[in-house]
Amino acid sequence: MSMELDVFVGNTTVLDEDVYQLWLDGQTVTDAVRIRIEAGALQECEANAEVLLSDTMDQFRTFQMCERLLQSPSKVANQLLFQIPPHRQTMLIERYYEFDSMFAREVLGKKLSKGTKKDLDDIGSKTGIVLKSCRRQFDNFKRVFKVVEELKGPLVENIQRHFLLSDVLARDYAAIVFFANSRFETGKRKLQYLSFQDFAFCAGQLISYWTVGAVDNVVENMDVDLEKEFLHDLKDLKVLVNDKDMLDQHKSLVCAQLRGKIKVFSEMEASFKNLSRALVNIASKLTHTKDVRDLFIDLVEKFIEPCRSDKWTIGDLRLFLTHYSSSVHTLEAFRRQVIWDRYMGVIKSCILKMYHD
Amino acid sequence: MPGKLKAKIVAGRHLPVMDRASDLTDAFVEVKFGNTTFKTDVYPKSLNPQWNSEWFKFEVDDEDLQDEPLQITVLDHDTYSANDAIGKVYIDIDPLLCSEAATVISGWLPIYDTIHGIRGEINVLVKVDLFNDLNRFRQSSCGVKFFCTTSIPRCYRAVMVHGFVEELVVNEDPEYQWIDRIRTPRASNEARQRLIFLMSGELQRKIGLKVLEMGGNAVVGYLQCFDLEGETGLVVRAIGTACTLEKISTLPATATHPSNSSPSKDMKDSPQAAPSTLGCRSTHSSPVHSASSRLSQGFSVSVPTLLFAGMKPRHRSSEAPRARQCRPGFGEEAPGVPLSSGPPTPLRAQTFSSFSPSKSYSRQSSSSDTELSLTPKTGMGSGGSAGKEAGPLKALLRQQTQSALEQREYPFFTLTAFPPGFLLHVGGVVSARSVKLLDRIHNPDEPETRDAWWEEIRQEIKSHAKALGCHAVVGYSESTSICEEVCILSASGTAAILSSRFMQDGSLDTEHRLSRQPLCVFSTGSERVEGDMGSSASLGFEEVVPPGCGFCHIPYDELNIPFPAQLTYCYCCRRYKVPDVLFTTIDLPTEANVTGKGCLIQARLCRTKKKAQGEGNATAISNLLPFLEYELHTQLMNKLKLRGMNALFGLRIQISVGETMLLGLASATGVYLTALPSPGGIQVAGKTPSDITYEQHISNMQKKINDTISKNKELHEINPPEVVEEIIGSPIPEPRQRSRLFRSHSESSDEVSELDLSHGKKDAFVLEIDDTDAVEDIHALLTDSPTPAGFYSCNTEIMPGIQNWTSAIQMFTSVRVFRLNANLTNQGLNKIFSDLCENLLKSLYFKLRSMVPCCLCHLNFTVAIPEDELIQVAVTAVAMSFDKEQSLENGKQSGEKTLIKAITENDEQLQFNLELNAETSSPNPLSSPKGLSEVGSHPSARAPSVDYSSFADRCSSWIEQLKLKAHTIRRGSVKTTSSLEKASPLPEGRSRSLRSNRSYSGSSVAVVKMTPLSFIPGAKIIKYLGIINMFFIRETTSLREEGGVSGFLHTFIAEVFAMVRAHVAALGGNAVVSYSMKECVFMENPNKNQAQCLINVSGDAVIFIQESELESTSVQTQSATTHTSNGGEGT
Repeated sequence: MSMELDVFVGNTTVLDEDVYQLWLDGQTVTDAVRIRIEAGALQECEANAEVLLSDTMDQFRTFQMCERLLQSPSKVANQLLFQIPPHRQTMLIERYYEFDSMFAREVLGKKLSKGTKKDLDDIGSKTGIVLKSCRRQFDNFKRVFKVVEELKGPLVENIQRHFLLSDVLARDYAAIVFFANSRFETGKRKLQYLSFQDFAFCAGQLISYWTVGAVDNVVENMDVDLEKEFLHDLKDLKVLVNDKDMLDQHKSLVCAQLRGKIKVFSEMEASFKNLSRALVNIASKLTHTKDVRDLFIDLVEKFIEPCRSDKWTIGDLRLFLTHYSSSVHTLEAFRRQVIWDRYMGVIKSCILKMYHD
Repeated sequence: MPGKLKAKIVAGRHLPVMDRASDLTDAFVEVKFGNTTFKTDVYPKSLNPQWNSEWFKFEVDDEDLQDEPLQITVLDHDTYSANDAIGKVYIDIDPLLCSEAATVISGWLPIYDTIHGIRGEINVLVKVDLFNDLNRFRQSSCGVKFFCTTSIPRCYRAVMVHGFVEELVVNEDPEYQWIDRIRTPRASNEARQRLIFLMSGELQRKIGLKVLEMGGNAVVGYLQCFDLEGETGLVVRAIGTACTLEKISTLPATATHPSNSSPSKDMKDSPQAAPSTLGCRSTHSSPVHSASSRLSQGFSVSVPTLLFAGMKPRHRSSEAPRARQCRPGFGEEAPGVPLSSGPPTPLRAQTFSSFSPSKSYSRQSSSSDTELSLTPKTGMGSGGSAGKEAGPLKALLRQQTQSALEQREYPFFTLTAFPPGFLLHVGGVVSARSVKLLDRIHNPDEPETRDAWWEEIRQEIKSHAKALGCHAVVGYSESTSICEEVCILSASGTAAILSSRFMQDGSLDTEHRLSRQPLCVFSTGSERVEGDMGSSASLGFEEVVPPGCGFCHIPYDELNIPFPAQLTYCYCCRRYKVPDVLFTTIDLPTEANVTGKGCLIQARLCRTKKKAQGEGNATAISNLLPFLEYELHTQLMNKLKLRGMNALFGLRIQISVGETMLLGLASATGVYLTALPSPGGIQVAGKTPSDITYEQHISNMQKKINDTISKNKELHEINPPEVVEEIIGSPIPEPRQRSRLFRSHSESSDEVSELDLSHGKKDAFVLEIDDTDAVEDIHALLTDSPTPAGFYSCNTEIMPGIQNWTSAIQMFTSVRVFRLNANLTNQGLNKIFSDLCENLLKSLYFKLRSMVPCCLCHLNFTVAIPEDELIQVAVTAVAMSFDKEQSLENGKQSGEKTLIKAITENDEQLQFNLELNAETSSPNPLSSPKGLSEVGSHPSARAPSVDYSSFADRCSSWIEQLKLKAHTIRRGSVKTTSSLEKASPLPEGRSRSLRSNRSYSGSSVAVVKMTPLSFIPGAKIIKYLGIINMFFIRETTSLREEGGVSGFLHTFIAEVFAMVRAHVAALGGNAVVSYSMKECVFMENPNKNQAQCLINVSGDAVIFIQESELESTSVQTQSATTHTSNGGEGT
C-alpha cells in the first residue's frame, strides 16, 4: 500500500521559501523533511510527517520543473507554464543564483571547466556543502561566465541584464567572472585567510579602475580584461624606486607627515624603502600575465606580511598608504601622477581590505 | 457562405531545438480549418521565428464554424526527410461567433504536443466576419451564449428561464479503431483530441438549436461530459438550462414585463418555423423503452430528505436510513392552529412502513415510470394529490406553476443559485441511478440506447420530485462511472417549487394572470395560502414570507409526508412548517438565514465486490448500490449531527465502480439554518450493560462524540438562539417519552437522562452498538479531524458568515493515486479511503497555510478506480483569504480581545450555557474529566430516542454509538473557546505580507485568475467572453525521465492551466470563472515506462475589473444585512 502519485498544482505556483532554500542546499527530500520537523513545521497547521513529506516532495518537484527556466532567467518572466507573481520570480532567480561564499572562495580564480567540476567532491567535503548544491553553484558560475565573457559593455550591468540579479549579487558574480577570466592566484596557503568578500571587493576595485571600461564609458568596451595600456604604463612608476633621490624625497615627505601620528613610526621609517619597492615592483611587473595572476600573493608576501610582522594597525596602515600615495604629487620630478593615482587607489583599498588576520 | 474566418500567424518563441547540428529550428506553420490548409513560409534557423504572415482566409458555413476548431500546426522544415511536427494549437472559434463575447483572438498560445507537452509559443490573430443568416432552416446556432456558471451570470438579467436542454453525440473512439495499431501514439492522440473537439462543437451547436427553438438566447449551467466507454465508443453529452438573458445596461431596466422584452420575442418566430430535424430528437414519446434488451437494473431508495431512485426489477425497496423520535411541533404559540404535523412517530412509522422490506420508517417511493415496477403504488405519489389535500388554493397554485413547467419535458434546472424570488420551496434531494451494460453503438447518428437510458433516469427523477410535492428539480446534474462494460448512470437534483415569474411563456401569460386573481381573493385566509400565493404573485412575495426562511418551508403536504420527517414551525417566521433536516444539491441561497459558519462534510465508503463479468457483474453492482447509498446517507446524517448542523447544501454523491470494489463519496456543505430546529445530539447505546468495561467503553465513546460536537459547534460558531425557544416554551414532555423505544430496555434510565440534559430540550439522535462494525463506524465518524485554525472549507460557492474576501485567491488541483493491497476487508478499505481523503485535505490546509485566514471554497472531489487496487482522488477548489477583522467580529474568536461586540457575544453564550451548566465559565480544556461528573449530577428528562432495531444490524449499532455521546454536548460551547483559540495563533504577519504581495503588476505575461466559483472576490465581472472547453491528452514513453508519475502529471496539469490561461488572455480576458476539471483519466504502465493522461477542463472566460470603492461598499452593505440578520437571531 503506497501513495502512487501525489501532486498539487496551483494556478499561481505555490512556493515555500524555506523549502526552496533546502532544495537549493541540495538536501534530499528525507533530510529536508527532517530539517523542517526540527524547525517546528509540525506545529503549523496541525501537520503531520506525512503531510510534510508530501509537501516537500511536491515543492521539490516544482523547483525542479522551474530549474530549466531559472537557468535562463529572462525566460521566467515570459513563460506561460508557471504563473508566478513578479516579486516571487525575482526571489526565485535571486536565490537560485545565490551561492555560499565558502564555495565561491574555493573556486575563485580557477578555470571553470569540467576538470574543476571533478574537484567539487573535494570542495564539498571541505566546506560541508552538499555536492548537489556545489554543482548548482558551479554551473551558475560557468553559465554566467559563458554568457558575459564575450559581451561588450560593463560587466555588472551585463550580468544584471541577462540574469536579472540584484546589484549586490551581480557584483559578486562580476568578481567571480573577473577572477576566472584573469585566473588570479587565490589558492596559495598564504592567501587562505582571505575570504570571498575580500577578493570580491578587490575585484570590484580592479574592474572599476583598471579595466578598459573604467576609463571611457563607450559601451563596446570590455570590462573583463585589465587595460593593457595602463599595465604597460605602470612600468614608468619604477622611477620612484630606481631614482635614489626620488625615493629619499618620497620617504622624507611621508615621514614628515606621519611623525607622531602612527605608533609604528620607527618600523615604518626602517622599512619604507622595502615597502615602496615592493609596491612599485608589483606595478611594473603587471605586464606579464603570470604576474597579474600573482597580484594578490605578491601583495600579501611583499607588503602585508612585513607590515603585519611589525604589528601595524589598520589605522597606521591607512595613514601610511594615504600619505604614501599623496606625497608623490609633491615630487616634482615625477610625471606619471595620473597613472600613480590610478594604481595606488586600487592597491590602497585592496591592501586595506586584505589587511586582517 | 455565412462566415469568413481569418487567421494570421505572427511569430513564435521559445521553440524547441529541432536540428541538433545547428541547435536551431527551421519552423513553418500550417493553418487548417475544415479541409482547407494554408502554410506560412519557412523561417530558417531561429527559435524565435517572425513569420508575420498574410491573413489566411477561410470561407465557411457557420455550422462548421461552430463544430470545427482552427488547427494550427508548427513544423520543422526538413529538406531531405519528412517535416517534423513541433506541436499543435487548437483554437475554439465559438467565442467569436457571439456578438457579445470576444471579437478577436490574439496572443501567445502554447504549442502543444501530446508526447512532449508544451514546446514554445506562437502568436496568432484570429477574426471572424459573420454575415447575417436569414435562413430559417439553419442548422447552426451562432449567437447562443454558453455559460458553465450555474447561476445567472453576473452581468446579465434573466428575462426568462426556459428550462432543461440536453443532447448527446456518440462516435467511435479512435483509440479503439483498428488503425490505431499501425499509427503512432501521437497520431492516435491527436485524432482523439480532434474528434472530441469536433464532437463538443457539434453538441454545443445542437444544444444551441434547441435553445433557439425554446425562444432562449443562452445556456446557463452548461455541463458537458465525456463517457469513454472504450470499445463501445465515445459519448459526449451535455445538459444545461436554456434562458433568455438580457445584458444589464447602465440604464435601469425598462422591460418590466418579461414577455414584452425583445429577445424572447425575436426568437419566437424562428423556433416555431424551424422544424427540428436536427436539433431535437423526439425520442421521448414513451417512458417505456425496449432498449433495455440487455440487462437493466436499478434500485430505489427513499430516505428522509434524500430520495433516490432507480429501476429494480423485483422489489422496489425503499428504506429510511435512520429513525428519529418525533419531536412535538412548536405549534403551541398559535393555539388556533391544530397540531397538524400528524401523529407522533410510532403511528406514523406504521403508515409508511407497510411496503418496505425492512419494516422500518420507510415508504414506498412512488414513481410513475418503470415497466418493471411490481409494487403497488402508494397513494401519495403525485404532487397533484398532495395539492388536493392541502386545499383548493394550493392545488390551484400548483396547477398554475405546474402548467408552466409541465410544458417542458423535464422541469429540470442545472442552476444552483437563483435570482431572488425564483426558488420558493425546497423539498429535498432526488437522485436516481441505474446500472447498464454497454453495448456497441451501431448507428452513431441515432444513439438511441444512450438516450433511452438517460430518459429513464430523468423520468425517475421527475416522478420523485412529484412525490415530494415539487414540480421542478434544481441543481440537477448527471454523471457516469464506467468499468469495463458496466456503466452506472446517475442523476441527482433538488426537488423544488419555483416561482412562475421567470418561466411564463407568452402563451401562459394570460392564464397566469387569471389564476392570480382567485388567489388574491383567498389571500386573507390561512397563512399557508398566503405564503404560497405571495410567492407566485410575483410582487408581494418578500413581504409575506421572509426570504431568509421561505425556501425551507415544506413543499409537500404535511399529512402526506413522503418520508418520515419531523415537522416543526419555522424558527424564523413561526408560520410554516419546516423539516428537521434539509438536504439539497444547490448552493446556499444568499438570503438564507444561517447561524454560524458552514463546513465541508464528506461521507466516504468503500465496498468490495467479487470480480464478475457481464450481467453477473451488473447484478452484483446493482445489489450493492442501495446499501452503499444508504450507508453514505447515514454517514452524512451522523456527521451533520456531529457538527451540530441541520442542513446540507451542494450535496454531490459520486459512486465509482471498479473491478473489485465500489467507491462512494458524498460531499456537501453543512450549515445551521436558523429556520430549522436545532439538531439533537448523538447518543450511543450499548446492548450489554452488564459488562462494566463495555459500558465504560461506550461512555467513553459517548464522551468523545459529545466533545466533538461541542468542539465543532465552537469551531463553526453555532450558537442557535436558544432564548427564543425559551420564551415560546412549547415542548410537551409527554410525546418525547412516548417516542423513546429502546430495543434493549436494559439501559439505565439515568444514563438517558444525563444525555438529555446535555442538550437542553433537544432530542438526541440515537445509535446502538451491537457489533464491532459499529465501533469501527464510530471511530470513522470521529476520525474526521477538524479544519485547522484559520481555515474553513465548503463545497459550495459561498461560505455563510464570511463576507469580506480579499482579492487573494488561489485555485488549485490536487491529484492522488493510492495503491491498495489485495484482500482488504470492507473496513480496511473504508479506513484507507477515508484516510486518503482526510490526508489530502490536511495537505491542502498545510499547503495553503500562508493564506490564513482563508476558506477553501467549492472543494470538488472526484474519485475513480483507474485500475484494480488503485484509488484516484482529484480535487479542484479555490482558496480565498478573507479579512480577519470582520471574522473576529462575527465569531467568538475574539474571546480574549476586548472588542465590545465580542463581549456581547460571549455574554450570549454564557447565558445559554448557564442554563445548562453553572460552570461554563471555567476554562476547562475539553479533555477534563470534570465534564463527565457534572453530567451525572444533573437532574434530567429522558432523551427521546427511537428503536433502530428494525433496521439492519449496522444501523442499530449506530444508534448506540451516538447515544453514548449525547451528554457531552452541553459542556463545551464556551469554556473551550479561549483555550482553543490561544492554542492556535495564526501567523498573522505572514499572511499579511503574502496578501499584500499578491498584487501582481508589471509582469510581461498577463495574469489570469482561475476559480471554480462564479465570481471573483473584490472584483466585478464586466464581460463574458465565451466558454472555455478544452480536452488534452498527454502521453509519455519516458516516464522515469519525466520524474515518474507524479512528475508527469504535475507537468501536465501545469500545462493545462497554462493553456487555459493563454487562451483566455488571447480572448482578451483576465479570468476564468466556474472553472472545473471534469475529467482526469490517468493510466500508467511503469514497467513499460509509459503513462497516459486525459484531462478535460471547462469554464467561462471573463473580463473583470477590481471593484471601485463605491461598488465594494454596496457589496459590503449587502453582506452586512445577511450578517445582521444572523446576529439578530443570536440575540
